[in-house]
Amino acid sequence: MANVNTGSSAARGFNKTVIYVVCIILALLSIMPFLIMFVNATRSTPEIQSGLSLIPSTHLSTNWQVLVGKTFSPFRGLLNSFIISAGATLCAIYFSSLTAYGLMAYSWKMRQPFFTFIMCVMMIPAQASSIGFYQFMYKLHWTNSFLPLILPAIAAPAVVFFMRQYLLATLSMEIVEAARIDGSGEYATFNRIILPMMMPALATQAIFTFVATWNNLFLPLILLTDKSKYTLPIMVSLLRGDAYRTEFGSVYLGLSLTVLPLFVIYFLLSRYIIAGVALGGVKE
Amino acid sequence: MRSKGVSYSKYGYIFSLPFILAFLVFSLYPTVYTAVIGFTDMKGVIPKPLHFLDHPFQNFKDLIFHNPSFRQSLSNTFLIWVWNFIPQIVIALLLTAWFTNKRLNIRGQGAFKILLYMPNIITAGSIAVLFGSLFAYPMGPVNSLYEMLGWSPFDFLQDKTTARGIVAFIQFWMWYGNTMIVLIAGVMGISPDLFESAQIDGANARQTFFRITLPNLRTIMLFTLVTSMIGGLQMFDIPQLLNRNAGGPDNATLTASVFIYQQAFRGSYMYNRAAAASMIMFVIAAILSAIVFYLMRDRDAARVKKQEKKLRKAARAAAKGA
Repeated sequence: MANVNTGSSAARGFNKTVIYVVCIILALLSIMPFLIMFVNATRSTPEIQSGLSLIPSTHLSTNWQVLVGKTFSPFRGLLNSFIISAGATLCAIYFSSLTAYGLMAYSWKMRQPFFTFIMCVMMIPAQASSIGFYQFMYKLHWTNSFLPLILPAIAAPAVVFFMRQYLLATLSMEIVEAARIDGSGEYATFNRIILPMMMPALATQAIFTFVATWNNLFLPLILLTDKSKYTLPIMVSLLRGDAYRTEFGSVYLGLSLTVLPLFVIYFLLSRYIIAGVALGGVKE
Repeated sequence: MRSKGVSYSKYGYIFSLPFILAFLVFSLYPTVYTAVIGFTDMKGVIPKPLHFLDHPFQNFKDLIFHNPSFRQSLSNTFLIWVWNFIPQIVIALLLTAWFTNKRLNIRGQGAFKILLYMPNIITAGSIAVLFGSLFAYPMGPVNSLYEMLGWSPFDFLQDKTTARGIVAFIQFWMWYGNTMIVLIAGVMGISPDLFESAQIDGANARQTFFRITLPNLRTIMLFTLVTSMIGGLQMFDIPQLLNRNAGGPDNATLTASVFIYQQAFRGSYMYNRAAAASMIMFVIAAILSAIVFYLMRDRDAARVKKQEKKLRKAARAAAKGA
């Protein structure tokens, strides 16, 4: 008996070592590309071509001058991306909560069919309607406007689904009834009582909507042709252009600038983000 | 009780109205419009009135039977998706088995989760350009490593297999952390009683994983599979930006979305062809979401049943008590 025990614990010790090694390798695999990127942002093109190094060099300012001297304007991109992402996030979380509350708090004839419908359209890819969307916006003279990138967020089926699941667990109609007795209108009840109550769900969905909009390339790329309207992902696509063909250092610097804000957000909020991913997957 | 006379049901409609309007204008109308364009000869930069083709399905027929790059884009999309999904689900399951095994008690799980999930949050476009630079030829970070190992530099991005492999790898690398977190949450949702009774019955870690964890994760894994397929169908940023010539060597990394983009917005402005391709993609996505819908409906129904059972039990207990 004792023999068996020591045998298995030794095996477990060995297994555990293997597991830690695998996990550390995977963690390094996550970090290394970004580390090389940040280091190479400070190196000159000849240095980068002469070999791999993890020691920062001194060419950050030269790279910066080359980068902004051509087509890439980071602050413009940052500002445009921020306006679009913030606008879309506000639209998505406010109107999705409103819709989810409408679905939960009131019994209306079309309630169940409407929810079924939301579930049905949740997975429809944006690319499937992009040609019609582009032609429609072209006719409205809304290309090169941020509105077609912000307003569609009002109808965000996946966010409605999440908010509904949250309300399913937390909404008590007694509070709503009490507000009614106090003479509060339905819309005021939603804004003053329900919305603050939904804060945790709003925060989670706000993070995910913001990041998803921030990272979106397809729609901005087809709608925005005016350089002053470019978002960061479009700026990134410029780094693939001929202007930067031989400017490796500047390319890495440009990439670093687009990655840095997301790094800051991620490492500040990673606990909530991971918890949100877990919630979204289980959907309960 | 006082509120009984007032009907609040109209607020259900009022509160859902913004959603419905935005959906009709920005989603339904463009989709129908895309479908309509698919039956016309709309091409070129200068807008012309819609003109339907004499053979309405001509664009679709041309795409499916006479357009090798479209067919290749579909098979590329599928191939790259398979190459990313198999390692993704294997690694994610392995990590799930390790992290949820209480006897192993792996430390630093929180930190590992944060690091492995990280690539998922970074702009895919930036990652594509970053990998394009890392695999630069003849001299780039990866080729430097290659030389240090004594091999001659290799143009990874211009070889069909490695170019596809890199796209699949990036996709895997960005998503396995996400899948792992979802699966771990799924394991947390399995009743602890099951694991306890397995332990009492003397099951080892392997048996517990294959006989209890895996069967109970089936729904979540199916859900992951289908959402990953729909996501994979839309793969755009990485194949578009990894190579200077989007589409890669011999169109090896031309995915369906890149095909649509190139047909409509680069070069020939073939809106009709792109629209028909979009509709084919739409149908595939619709079939896939129908599968997800059935899966989730089953789960919701099961939950409702469970709650009803609980209620009945409680009622019976209450009746007994009384």
